Amino acid sequence: MECALDAQSLISISLRKIHSSRTQRGGIKLHKNLLVSYVLRNARQLYLSERYAELYRRQQQQQQQQPPHHQHQHLAYAAPGMPARGAYPAPSDFGLHCSSQTTVLDLDTHVVTTVENGYLHQDCCASAHCPCCGQGAPGPGLSSAAGCKRKYYPGQEEEEDDEEEAGELGAEPPGGAPFAPCKRARFEDFCPDSSPDASNISNLISIFGSGFSGLVSRQPDSSEQPPPLNGQLCAKQALASLGAWTRAIVAF
Amino acid sequence: LKCTEKYICCLSFQSKSDIISTVEFNHTGELLATGDKGGRVVIFQREQESKNQVHRRGEYNVYSTFQSHEPEFDYLKSLEIEEKINKIRWLPQQNAAYFLLSTNDKTVKLWKVSERDKRPEGYNLKDEEGRLRDPATITTLRVPVLRPMDLMVEATPRRVFANAHTYHINSISVNSDYETYMSADDLRINLWNFEITNQSFNIVDIKPANMEELTEVITAAEFHPHHCNTFVYSSSKGTIRLCDMRASALCDRHTKFFEEPEDPSNRSFFSEIISSISDVKFSHSGRYIMTRDYLTVKVWDLNMENRPIETYQVHDYLRSKLCSLYENDCIFDKFECVWNGSDSVIMTGSYNNFFRMFDRNTKRDVTLEASRENSKPRAILKPRKVCVGGKRRKDEISVDSLDFSKKILHTAWHPSENIIAVAATNNLYIFQDKVN
Repeated sequence: MECALDAQSLISISLRKIHSSRTQRGGIKLHKNLLVSYVLRNARQLYLSERYAELYRRQQQQQQQQPPHHQHQHLAYAAPGMPARGAYPAPSDFGLHCSSQTTVLDLDTHVVTTVENGYLHQDCCASAHCPCCGQGAPGPGLSSAAGCKRKYYPGQEEEEDDEEEAGELGAEPPGGAPFAPCKRARFEDFCPDSSPDASNISNLISIFGSGFSGLVSRQPDSSEQPPPLNGQLCAKQALASLGAWTRAIVAF
Repeated sequence: LKCTEKYICCLSFQSKSDIISTVEFNHTGELLATGDKGGRVVIFQREQESKNQVHRRGEYNVYSTFQSHEPEFDYLKSLEIEEKINKIRWLPQQNAAYFLLSTNDKTVKLWKVSERDKRPEGYNLKDEEGRLRDPATITTLRVPVLRPMDLMVEATPRRVFANAHTYHINSISVNSDYETYMSADDLRINLWNFEITNQSFNIVDIKPANMEELTEVITAAEFHPHHCNTFVYSSSKGTIRLCDMRASALCDRHTKFFEEPEDPSNRSFFSEIISSISDVKFSHSGRYIMTRDYLTVKVWDLNMENRPIETYQVHDYLRSKLCSLYENDCIFDKFECVWNGSDSVIMTGSYNNFFRMFDRNTKRDVTLEASRENSKPRAILKPRKVCVGGKRRKDEISVDSLDFSKKILHTAWHPSENIIAVAATNNLYIFQDKVN
């Protein structure tokens, strides 16, 4: 089916829908957000397949050149849960010479990991002056760097419901302060072993890393976003939206 | 009913404010209830056919209006709960009063609608305005009598079934035992007894242990019309599960699973969205189920799970427009579908205030329009046609001229006659087939 929009536009539209659903009257609509997440996934798959086709082409052309020096440094920051494993050639082979990204594809799990400019986005959110946290929509995994289980949010089980005590954690209200997962006693119950699902978020990050200025330019009227300084800040903002998205999927 | 029968408009009712969100005839067709986004319920009653005017079939007039749900605020979750009425379902009439269930996202209410045409007069301790009299002034006693009064229709909430749904309620369905009913939200279905409001049984729970593994939600549910142990629920993945409550207390394992394999040539970014089922309805006979997804209506035989027996294209010309429909959110519209009384014709809505009927026997279909211009009283509805490409004929409308803000999501068919109710935004139309 022909689509008038390319994958990146679809992704940005979808994220906007998820973001705006948080403020809709009546609460987050689980069904609609789930459907939007499927569009996101489909667009991502197309985008990634196009990206890898392009990367592979470039890699063929530039086989002689040295990989950028900072790539190995990036790998050191990679979370243990997302190792650079798999049958693909080493990341250095895929280095993009005109950007600061490293992208790795795990053929077994179809996990894509992108590291940008020396640190993962989850690290950036831990910093106090991170603008995406300032929006009140903190991304997952704020409290630590590599290995942090980023999928768990306060109040994940709070809808387990009527029988629970009144002291049960409420969902993060919109605009609430960044949370500290370690303080939530029930948080521990929901830390499974690292799973490929955690890297779905990084999958999306890899998209935002490059397509971001386009996303920002489509939302000139959004007063919530601070003026983007560069592509990195935009990526952080997208991650903030992502946190909202995945939280939206979680029971409120 | 043949689709070529002509329909005339016999009611055009405009709600002052709000978008109609549900329409439902009662079991005799005497009453028609509508719910709207503002939490109001309006009930229409068909007037008795008069012997003097045999040419005038009974028409519907407003019978009762009441506020069913109010907006609420859940302080724990910092969430506003919309008062919009998602569904109304009637109970079969068992005495002079009428009972219906109405629900918003979180709370189901049982309403009793009854008539009062007599009023007691002649109280001893109260005067005519109801003020208490000083007992010292009473010198005689009399027996109060009932005197006729202008008919008054009262609606009173008899039961409130609350706090049982974490997610948004999308369906309610009264069981054929008339003692229980079910309410379904995105992830769970609860079974209630009409008499008990502080307890419900959870009969379906598809919430995964880890919400990040969520892949589908429940979109609609309905009890079998005759077998009180059987119900179906549809999912956002385009599947239908039939469950038997005798098999186990928690019906997480279905008895039957209806799914049609996806056509790979139709695959697009939006495949998952357009395959999500927005409505599921048993036929009156109980032998078939009908499902509505974004572009089609399908009829399934309960005895065949691997594919539907009939598929009808509602507005296939939208298949190439899915991108724009995604952008403007129309792709998320949830259309309902209905059977006629004999299960020979099915009806569903579309855009531009069009609605479609499909005759299952003759395989003919018709597109009609519900709009003020076309709905003068007694006006005959003219079939409409959407021009898909090529030369547009005079009466046809091109796809690009369709008004996507005018959508018909909710329709209802009288249980035994060819009378249909169509909700177009905040207008309700009732059409009857033309007699002679």
